[in-house]
Amino acid sequence: MTEETIQPKVLEPVFNHANGRLLMPETRYWPTDMWKSPWSLPTYRRGAAVLAGLILGIAGVAWFIGEIGPRLAPIYSLAEQFALSYGVPAFWIAVVWTFIKGVFVLLAPALNALFAVWWERKISAHIQSRMGPMYVGWWHGALQTLADGIKLFLKEDIVPECADKVVHWLAPVVVLIPAILVFAPVPFGKDLIYANIDIGTVYVFAVGGVSVMGIIMAGWSSGNKFSLLGGLRSAAQLVSYELPRTFAVLPVIMLAGTLNIAEIAGFQAGYWGGIVPRWFIFYPVVGQVAFIVFLIASVAETNRVPFDIPEAESELVAGFNTEYSGMKFALFFLSEFAYVLLSCLLMASFFFGGGAAPLPFLDFLPSWAWFLSKTLILMFCFLWFRWTFPRFRVDRLMDFNWKFLLPVSLINIAAGGILIWLLS
Amino acid sequence: MTKHAHAPADLKADQMFINFGPQHPSTHGVLRIALTVEGEVVMKGDPDVGFLHRGMEKLFEARTYSQGLILTDRLDYISATHNNLGYCLAVEKLAGIQAPLRAQYIRVLAAELNRIASHLVFFGTFGVDMGAFTPFLYAFREREMIMDLFEMLCGGRLLHSYVRVGGVAADLPAGWTEKCREFLTFFKPMLKDYDTLLSGNPIFRSRTEGVGIIGADRAVSWGLSGPTLRGSGVSYDVRKAEPYCVYDKLNFTVPVGKNGDCLDRYYCRMKEMEQSVEIAFQCLDALAGAELNPGEFMAKGVPKMFKAPAGQAYAHVEASRGDLGFFAVSDGGFNPYRMHVRGPSFINVAILQEILVGCKIADVVAILGSLDIVLGEVDR
Repeated sequence: MTEETIQPKVLEPVFNHANGRLLMPETRYWPTDMWKSPWSLPTYRRGAAVLAGLILGIAGVAWFIGEIGPRLAPIYSLAEQFALSYGVPAFWIAVVWTFIKGVFVLLAPALNALFAVWWERKISAHIQSRMGPMYVGWWHGALQTLADGIKLFLKEDIVPECADKVVHWLAPVVVLIPAILVFAPVPFGKDLIYANIDIGTVYVFAVGGVSVMGIIMAGWSSGNKFSLLGGLRSAAQLVSYELPRTFAVLPVIMLAGTLNIAEIAGFQAGYWGGIVPRWFIFYPVVGQVAFIVFLIASVAETNRVPFDIPEAESELVAGFNTEYSGMKFALFFLSEFAYVLLSCLLMASFFFGGGAAPLPFLDFLPSWAWFLSKTLILMFCFLWFRWTFPRFRVDRLMDFNWKFLLPVSLINIAAGGILIWLLS
Repeated sequence: MTKHAHAPADLKADQMFINFGPQHPSTHGVLRIALTVEGEVVMKGDPDVGFLHRGMEKLFEARTYSQGLILTDRLDYISATHNNLGYCLAVEKLAGIQAPLRAQYIRVLAAELNRIASHLVFFGTFGVDMGAFTPFLYAFREREMIMDLFEMLCGGRLLHSYVRVGGVAADLPAGWTEKCREFLTFFKPMLKDYDTLLSGNPIFRSRTEGVGIIGADRAVSWGLSGPTLRGSGVSYDVRKAEPYCVYDKLNFTVPVGKNGDCLDRYYCRMKEMEQSVEIAFQCLDALAGAELNPGEFMAKGVPKMFKAPAGQAYAHVEASRGDLGFFAVSDGGFNPYRMHVRGPSFINVAILQEILVGCKIADVVAILGSLDIVLGEVDR
């Protein structure tokens, strides 16, 4: 099969003189040949080559840049001395520096949404044997999210007449602000952390839980019955899944002996026998069970398929965000993707050794590159689940949580204790 | 069926009244279900039809028999060929026309291809109802190929009007048989893919198994037909019970369910697609044989306008959604005096008011999807 047959061509109808009808043009694309051996197609091979080249190229750039934290430290000390020489108080230098770092933390969810929405659309398209966005931007619709964002920004903000106006306005804010605050103690690489606080794990779960309030507020205030049902469902679901999610991390905390996320990631450095990394996922049974429970609970916490019952499209129209349009809707979307990123960052820190290289000879790449690649691979799983699973029913969802995940995570804590006893 | 548009007066304090539709993503058109819910549990659910009523049966009376054909496309627009076929069989019975054997084989072939296309739409939308969007795209990819085949056959993709009174509109064009075989050989293994994609999924099974159970006796007493009836374990198929065209010469089985839940109704349709592929292969073999005269696709001497002798005729076919019947009454003129359509979707949708009680809101979508109604046929 040549390449021409899968390129869209100008269709030239053929007139069939036998019955006076326009025949189906032979140029129309039927996938029958492609299904026999996709790798025989030049486009497949070329796509794989481009992908491999991209990965190698990004790895090369990462190697060239090296660790970001140590590189930024002299710049900071230089600026600090410069300011001090002009008599600026040290307190104000710290305040300004905190704000500058804050801007970078603020950028993380925003840039993540920009990329993740496009990536999700591409992944969903390729899972569904389509192309996805191809026109906006120069390469494979790369700027599609930007165009969508501009569209959402320009859209009219409609507030329903029977809505509780104040709460309706406040709900997206209540959802978004914790979604940004929660990134404070999360490391993005070695020394790349906004607030290296000792209770980081507790902080993340506590602040992340506040977003549930926003979703309930959105459901309640919209003045729409479908929204109300969505809000009720999210109240039940998100609060329930907080428990196994937190319990799943307990063995990790017990083993590491700290709540500081960066220290938990640092605890996993090194290799068993010089080859197997000392990541928590490789601790026998306890590590794997904890990871799977945390993964499932995280998918449920982020309202994604198969646990997307608060916004179940085919049942509740759009659930709690039915009555939201324009930028308010975009804020819900932004926070959803922020929580996906957060879950992946946490999983990379808790179970995959943070910035540690998977094999000893690969540690020439900087820690942030490993952190990012682990996060992206985990994020791919989130997007992958979304496009391959049906949705749970609301009561089965609760059964699954209270009768399966929670007992398993509790037993796992006990197993973690036994493991620590055996190791000591 | 309810007439009121607002909440019933006997609504209790802890209950909520929801208008499920007519604008809702998963009512498959403009069906309205008046739901009374207590939290997530449905206490009462009444289907309310008529939002797409176009007065089709009256429109038949103002058109000649040939013109009336194009109205039938618009009844069940997902499987237009079955409607054409049912109408033509009724008119042929009324006017005493006999279609040639080759035309009958082509009719069966077109009907079975259309059945596959229709069940693919069901498969896709049922997946979407369950929250799985991906099967929809796969189903439509294969359906697109059937649409191409129909376009090649008659120029139309959705509304075919290919079956005409006295035969079919045109003979099979050159190269069509090969394309059709290519599609059928491609499609048959795809059914296994669908099973791995959706039917075998534990979440999907937990959503459909034991949900919306219709017992065999209840299914018969509500007058259900098609896969909705066969899912309940009643083996009734018009193609077997009263064979029309050449179905008595073809070898196929009728898949039957056991429990009558959503999964059985769903799986009956999946199995039916397999049988349709077999039937289509048999038709293609027969059409390639020498005994069928090539080019004889239309009965001789059927004019565009003809008078049917006074009387009445009823013909029914096994459409994708069930037993589709056309009852034509003639007073001896150019137009039918009365034309009545027995739409299977209209009769199947009525059982909703009984089986929705006590299920969850998510099950409403599953049950409605498993009945596979088309609102064009329900409202007419």
